[in-house]
Amino acid sequence: MEHVADPLTKQTSALRTQSESIAFAVMILALIVAPFMIYPLFLMQAMCFALFACAFNLLVGYVGLLSFGHALYFGWASYLSAYSAKAWGFPPELAILTGTATAAVFGLVAGSLAIRRQGIYFAMITLALAQMMYFFALQANFTGGEDGIQAVPRGRLFGIFDLKNDLTIYAFVLLIFIGGFSFIHRIIHSPFGEVLKAIRENETRAISLGYKTDRYKLVAFVLSATLAGLAGATKAIVLQLASLTDVNWPMSGEVVLMTLVGGLGTIFGPVVGAFIILLMQFKLAPIGEWVLVIQGAIFVACVLLFRRGVVGEVAKLLKIRL
Amino acid sequence: MFEIFGIPSAALFGQLLIGLINGSFYALLSLGLAVIFGMLNIINFSHGAQYMLGAFAAYLLLQYSGLGYWPALIIAPLIVGITGIIIERVFLQWLYKLDHLYGLLLTFGLALIFEGVTRNYFGSAGLPYTVPESLQGGRNLGFMFLPNYRAWVIAASLVVCFGTWFIIERTRLGAYLRAATENPTLVRAFGINVPRMITLTYGLGVALAAFAGVMAAPIYNVSPQMGSELIIVVFAVVVIGGMGSILGAILTGFGLGVIEGLTKVFFPEASNTVIFVIMAIVLLVRPAGLFGRRT
Repeated sequence: MEHVADPLTKQTSALRTQSESIAFAVMILALIVAPFMIYPLFLMQAMCFALFACAFNLLVGYVGLLSFGHALYFGWASYLSAYSAKAWGFPPELAILTGTATAAVFGLVAGSLAIRRQGIYFAMITLALAQMMYFFALQANFTGGEDGIQAVPRGRLFGIFDLKNDLTIYAFVLLIFIGGFSFIHRIIHSPFGEVLKAIRENETRAISLGYKTDRYKLVAFVLSATLAGLAGATKAIVLQLASLTDVNWPMSGEVVLMTLVGGLGTIFGPVVGAFIILLMQFKLAPIGEWVLVIQGAIFVACVLLFRRGVVGEVAKLLKIRL
Repeated sequence: MFEIFGIPSAALFGQLLIGLINGSFYALLSLGLAVIFGMLNIINFSHGAQYMLGAFAAYLLLQYSGLGYWPALIIAPLIVGITGIIIERVFLQWLYKLDHLYGLLLTFGLALIFEGVTRNYFGSAGLPYTVPESLQGGRNLGFMFLPNYRAWVIAASLVVCFGTWFIIERTRLGAYLRAATENPTLVRAFGINVPRMITLTYGLGVALAAFAGVMAAPIYNVSPQMGSELIIVVFAVVVIGGMGSILGAILTGFGLGVIEGLTKVFFPEASNTVIFVIMAIVLLVRPAGLFGRRT
């Protein structure tokens, strides 16, 4: 489908792409400088979660499908990545690939079930399927049950770069993050992405225009699950740990929260949201269970008071797209 | 005692009983979810947390005012119901015009708040709540031992479920409710206060959850996470049954409870996941759910 733009949108779209590129450049610069000022392990974890949130946002923000079970892909990718690195001695790049592929397969199966129902049922189905896989992770032998898989070796990337060096692994994670982020950006702005947005706005209309919307939804679901898996698999190598926390339902809730705080359906929102929520968790760790209460309160506040999220509000204020 | 498929009858019927008990909670909770969804167009994620609050209310009533099980069975749902009314007025009423997903997100936030607060004050370990004296003990039925309290839970939830069905399907109030679900604007034009009905529906649905919570207190321990574990299973139950039919919700709830109980006997490893597997199969065979209308 050829998109016919009137002059007005053409003008603003020039400004829009500019604002996106500027924000992208700022983000990259900040992430390059940051490890010299901030604890690199925190930054790497934040980047993994940012990618996770971006992958989740691809589905909820651009197709309008709220998955409440994205911990499944993140967590199982994390397990497979950790297990293949530790038990089979896979190098990090292969371990991450193994985890990501696992997430893709699970995404294909869960996605083809979940898209059979619309709206609110979709959220319930994804949550239930994720809970099922949580129980499998709890019972399976290779996941190590309550202990998880600990002391995962970081190994040597391509047999050359020693990832035990904090800056080397930081560069590696940064590359993965930028790669994943750019890929999502590319999807959103492709003709395929335009169809996804059309489905979000009015699925019946998209069907009547001849699009097989189920197929589009499934592809989007698998892409989202795969990228969530990439984030989880990378996280397992970075933190050298895969555990039940990654695969349990609060993790699914957390990624929703990150995206909501940053801004649903904005490109940079999930990144900002992930950094905010992780920072909050680090700062508030001493007060224990109150973190849960604060997270709940943020949910309520976001839904009632600022549904656009941080980035969405900024973009609206400056009249640009981010 | 005799054996069925090599399994002692006491074990088989014991698990069947547990299945029926779990099933009564599935039925009560999915019923509340369906009623709330019908009127408010919101999936009440905090339903599990409100079930948990019911159990905690019963526990606190006993600890601090010496009120036992029977008064708690009335007072705890009343308290939680009133908080539900406040929640609807303060939070939910602003969401009706928005996408469904915001209702889910907001009530998810509320569930986190409830769970976090109770964890702070009571810890994650379960608190015991004793079976009321009048229902202690049990009887031997020949093929199994039936504790009185469990028999009471099944009977009471059956009565409450069918009572709810009767009110909604067979009374004038229920007719208003069904009409308002179909077309609120038109019902308002007839001079019926629909917003107030919505508020009360939420209060009632939540009170139903709290009622289930009080009944659950002597069976399971009273713990902050008792609701979140249950609500996810109840979501699967709702997906299987569909929310279009009240009787469907009740039947699905009890039926799945029994299947889960039987799985515990014959294939214990799968007992946690069997309901989710059934959900997947139902989605493949009958995507609209067993009693659902195609949406």
